Amino acid sequence: MAARIWIFAVVVVLAISLSLPSSSASPQDLQIVNAERRIDLSSHIVKAFLTLKVENIGKDPALDMLLAFPPTQIKHLAMVQALAITGKKKKKTYLPLDVKPTEQPDAPNDTGYFLVTFATPLTPGETVTLEVLYILTHSLEPFPSEITQAEAQLVYYRDSAVILSPYHIKQQTSFFKTPSTRVESFTSVDPANRAGKEIKYGPYEDRAPYSYAPVIVHFENNSPFAVVEELVREIEISHWGSLQITENYKLTHGGARHKGVFSRVDYQSRRSISGSSSFNALLAVLPPRVNSVYYRDDIGNISTSHLRPGFKKSELEFEPRYPLFGGWRATFIIGYRVPLEDYLFESPDGRRYLNFTFGCPLVETIVNKLTLKVVLPEGSKDPSAVLPFTVNQDLQVKYSYLDIVGRTVVVLQKDNVVPTHNVPFQVYYTFKPIYMLAEPFMLVSAFFFVFVASLAYVHIDLNIAKK
Amino acid sequence: MATQESPPPGTSSAMRNAFGTVLSALILLLIGVLAFSIRLFSVIKYESVIHEFDPYFNYRVTQFLSKNGIYEFWNWFDDRTWYPLGRVIGGTVYPGLTLTAGTIWWALNAINIPLSVETVCVFTAPVFSAFASWATYLLTKEVKGSGAGLAAAALLAMVPSYISRSVAGSYDNEAVAIFALIFTFYLYIKTLNTGSLFYATLNALTYFYMVCSWGGYTFIINLIPMHVLLCIVTGRYSPRLYIAYAPLVVLGTLLAALVPVVGFNAVLTSEHFASFLVFIIIHVVALVYYIKGILSPKMFKVAVTLVVSIGLVVCLIVVAVLVALVASSPTGGWSGRSLSLLDPTYASKYIPIIASVSEHQPPTWPSYFMDINVLAFLVPAGIIACFSPLSDASSFVVLYIVMSVYFSGVMVRLMLVLAPAACIMSGIALSQAFDVFTASIKYQLGRSSNSKDDAEDNTSTNNAPKDDSSSGKTDKGEEVAKERSSKKGKKKEREPADKPSVKSKIAKKRALVLPLEASIVALLLLIMLGAFYVIHCVWAAAEAYSAPSIVLTSQSRDGLHVFDDFRESYAWLSHNTDVDDKVASWWDYGYQTTAMANRTVIVDNNTWNNTHIATVGTAMSSPEKAAWEIFNSLDVKYVLVVFGGLIGYPSDDINKFLWMVRIGGGVFPHIKEADYLRDGQYRIDSEATPTMLNCLMYKLSYYRFVETDGKAYDRVRRTEIGKKNFKLTHFEEVFTSHHWMVRIYKLKPQKNRIRGRAKKLKLKTSSGLDSKPAKKNPWI
Repeated sequence: MAARIWIFAVVVVLAISLSLPSSSASPQDLQIVNAERRIDLSSHIVKAFLTLKVENIGKDPALDMLLAFPPTQIKHLAMVQALAITGKKKKKTYLPLDVKPTEQPDAPNDTGYFLVTFATPLTPGETVTLEVLYILTHSLEPFPSEITQAEAQLVYYRDSAVILSPYHIKQQTSFFKTPSTRVESFTSVDPANRAGKEIKYGPYEDRAPYSYAPVIVHFENNSPFAVVEELVREIEISHWGSLQITENYKLTHGGARHKGVFSRVDYQSRRSISGSSSFNALLAVLPPRVNSVYYRDDIGNISTSHLRPGFKKSELEFEPRYPLFGGWRATFIIGYRVPLEDYLFESPDGRRYLNFTFGCPLVETIVNKLTLKVVLPEGSKDPSAVLPFTVNQDLQVKYSYLDIVGRTVVVLQKDNVVPTHNVPFQVYYTFKPIYMLAEPFMLVSAFFFVFVASLAYVHIDLNIAKK
Repeated sequence: MATQESPPPGTSSAMRNAFGTVLSALILLLIGVLAFSIRLFSVIKYESVIHEFDPYFNYRVTQFLSKNGIYEFWNWFDDRTWYPLGRVIGGTVYPGLTLTAGTIWWALNAINIPLSVETVCVFTAPVFSAFASWATYLLTKEVKGSGAGLAAAALLAMVPSYISRSVAGSYDNEAVAIFALIFTFYLYIKTLNTGSLFYATLNALTYFYMVCSWGGYTFIINLIPMHVLLCIVTGRYSPRLYIAYAPLVVLGTLLAALVPVVGFNAVLTSEHFASFLVFIIIHVVALVYYIKGILSPKMFKVAVTLVVSIGLVVCLIVVAVLVALVASSPTGGWSGRSLSLLDPTYASKYIPIIASVSEHQPPTWPSYFMDINVLAFLVPAGIIACFSPLSDASSFVVLYIVMSVYFSGVMVRLMLVLAPAACIMSGIALSQAFDVFTASIKYQLGRSSNSKDDAEDNTSTNNAPKDDSSSGKTDKGEEVAKERSSKKGKKKEREPADKPSVKSKIAKKRALVLPLEASIVALLLLIMLGAFYVIHCVWAAAEAYSAPSIVLTSQSRDGLHVFDDFRESYAWLSHNTDVDDKVASWWDYGYQTTAMANRTVIVDNNTWNNTHIATVGTAMSSPEKAAWEIFNSLDVKYVLVVFGGLIGYPSDDINKFLWMVRIGGGVFPHIKEADYLRDGQYRIDSEATPTMLNCLMYKLSYYRFVETDGKAYDRVRRTEIGKKNFKLTHFEEVFTSHHWMVRIYKLKPQKNRIRGRAKKLKLKTSSGLDSKPAKKNPWI
């Protein structure tokens, strides 16, 4: 069953990826009139905003266009989103566009591509403005790669001064925003200059397709490099009125490795200069009306946490057992419960569906591998998950309190998850409420038989000989 | 089942019997709930977590058992402790507790109740204390009737001494062993009262469970023979006694030898010899009684003289052989802990490692009051009640309390064995007192309404009032009443006392009637006494005994402050060091390090190798360089010390340091205790000896301590430390917990000792070849 769904998903993805490139416009038909790129390097999640003004210079209407990424970035690319802007300044409307990874037969140097489908085909001579957001993870390389407690963390960011594109770009500018004014060095590609926290590359005129000008920016970044190596979230639906969520974290500090001594006296008394790249406080955004929150690890409760419940969201401030320096790890479990009526609904066709948030509740955190398990109540059938992006799906069976046939578990697995992935997803299933009574009935009958047995034992004389 | 199968004499009394059975079942259930829930303070106030030191080991063993199964468990060679020796766990632990919890866990998981091993371990002790209170009910019921049984069970459910060892999370052997102990005694008494071989077999099985659970089983195998001997000496030999004892010794010893940790010790060590001796004696006595039965008195006399003369010779030979065998072993065949039981000064003289454990010290008087509270006053009354009348069963509990009082006086840990005995005695005392007082009240009220006969009928005990002439005299109190009843009740009745007494017997009895007012006042006083006990127990459970000791809390003005430093550093070790790194610390923290940090330790709380512990002690008391060499030879990578000077945590390593010196000096004579003491005083201030100020423990504890407040004021020793500014040459600080309670140091890597030679080599190679490869590896 599970394997069949997976195979089906693979087939669909393959079909899409094979069928679509044939309809895409050839690179000669489009050109980018103006491009502006702003890359935000202030945290360890690199966010790039791309504003493209695309013009159709061909003869046929263009259905879609390609975004190109160098091979070093394509494997760190967590997500690509595109919006089409219509209307003038005051009446701007944003229209989300469909973005899919794709392959090109003639891709130079393993360039990776994403295909953006226009909302309406671009007729010859027409221009459209696109906003593209893409997010890169693990793209800041600490250098030096090992630092002591007293040093600040310096990182390299590698990119190209000009935008990699299969199209001709008439004019383009790139801005790199660093978290502080401390920039050790940056590659100069004329014209390039630095003002405060911003490095500006450009404007460059008339760059041919696939132009590339590698640059390295070396700057200080002491933001918490909180990387969750593995996160397993388990959402257990109980039709008795609550949703129990258990989250297993394997957290690590993904920055420059800590070298040598850790001195508590330095850490406590000279906090500003000592261990500036370390972090010991994390913030998790939990749903509103959350209750029974716990925070623990394998060896017991961790007492350093604070919950601020709210109407729109609850915030859980917590500290790991010890401050995390570069390369240090910590594991912990966060669990909480939310009322069922906020998240479980009935669809018009009679099926029920869970509407919950995907992703990781920790703010500004990269998750290398996220496994989300939705445990449906015993007796539910035909589960299906609906997500706005592709994930690996699987079905498992879990046995919990007094289960006989076991509970169906919908397993959703995705690598390289960033906070932008915190969007709602749905799991549909059918469930008959009569199943809710199975376990109480089992308990009642068990007690009943105990009493009947003791009644029988008291009243039946098992002696062979008469006394 | 207490219901009677024969048709009861009257429907009203049958109804009352049935009602009484249901009522006592209900009370027992409530007692069980009480015993369980009073031990949950630790979970409510702190959290559901394993406590202290030894429970962490048991928890780790249970985890292994639940993961790998029983056969792997028996063969488990643990290489994560006692490095580089290792330890055979399967053959050196009492497996009862872990097998019990493992079975519970397995059964729960089999019906799909997904409790974690930790949860099962945390709640094993409270569950078994409920069992223990039910066992106490059964035992006391066999001795003095169900009223006394219920009182004793209620007292045991909340006796502080037992609570201290069985709060939720205190996952230690004693938790199940006390249940096994009481239940074994119950089955022994039951066999003694019924003469049933069925119960005798059950008795051997529970004895086996006890042997599995706790080293304290030797208490049983010595106490029961003593009681048998007592019965024989006082002329109470009966076939029932033989049935109660002989199968227990034979089956029990065979079963005990099955437990790997006991093995042949069950027949080889002196702790068990008493049972074999009594086994021989009881056979001789049985033979004598048999012969006496078949011979005429004259012939019997002749036979006796013959047998005695031959028997004496044989006995002498056997005793001589035994003495020779025992004397040939160095400790006389007795283990160190047992020897310190017989001679309280033995341990402090010869085995510092036993003396260094606080629970092996003799208790102080306040600890008696703390642990058994008002029971201490009720016990004498209970003993007196046991003599009225003295039965086999009541003589056993008297012997039990006498022996356990002695043992608890030797070792504070054995207070735990005293607690059930004290509860039984106090239960008997309370129940008897209540009987006397309520009967008096009933009689006095009945006399006022001229219905004397009814009062007689309604009393269900043998203390029925009859004669009102004596009532004026017996207003002194319960003790007087007890003595009187003991005088008149000299008949050897072995029936449990709760059976409805025969009217004729009552008629013979002299009355025990107290004035109405005196009875009421005495009743109220007794209730007050009970109330004090309950208040004390709840206080002890909530405040004194619930702290898990790995988490410390302090109440300050701005709320509760939590000191979670131990787990902080264990978690750090477990996540940020290599899985095969060895961690050295004083043995107290060995179990916790292996269980929580999952790192290999050098020594742990199973203090089986004195030399190994002495090596660590020596390293801690040596100067830095020597200590580095010792630790390096043991492959140690990290050294963990516990330091309380910043926040005032008194049981830290500096306070334990003299034991390290003593134990280290016991094996390595170059460590001398006198070098660490200034004029016989242990101090760390400016008056301290240079040896003290240069030893590793001092340096690791106080490294950079002066930078916290500028003065280096130690809050535990209440003084400024002697040497404030110093550098470490062979160790580097890698982690210090938030409140400085745990400090972890790493051994610095060995320096290149042959710098001169390396230079020479470089010169040689550079002359011939390119110098670059030589720089990377001078040995090429």
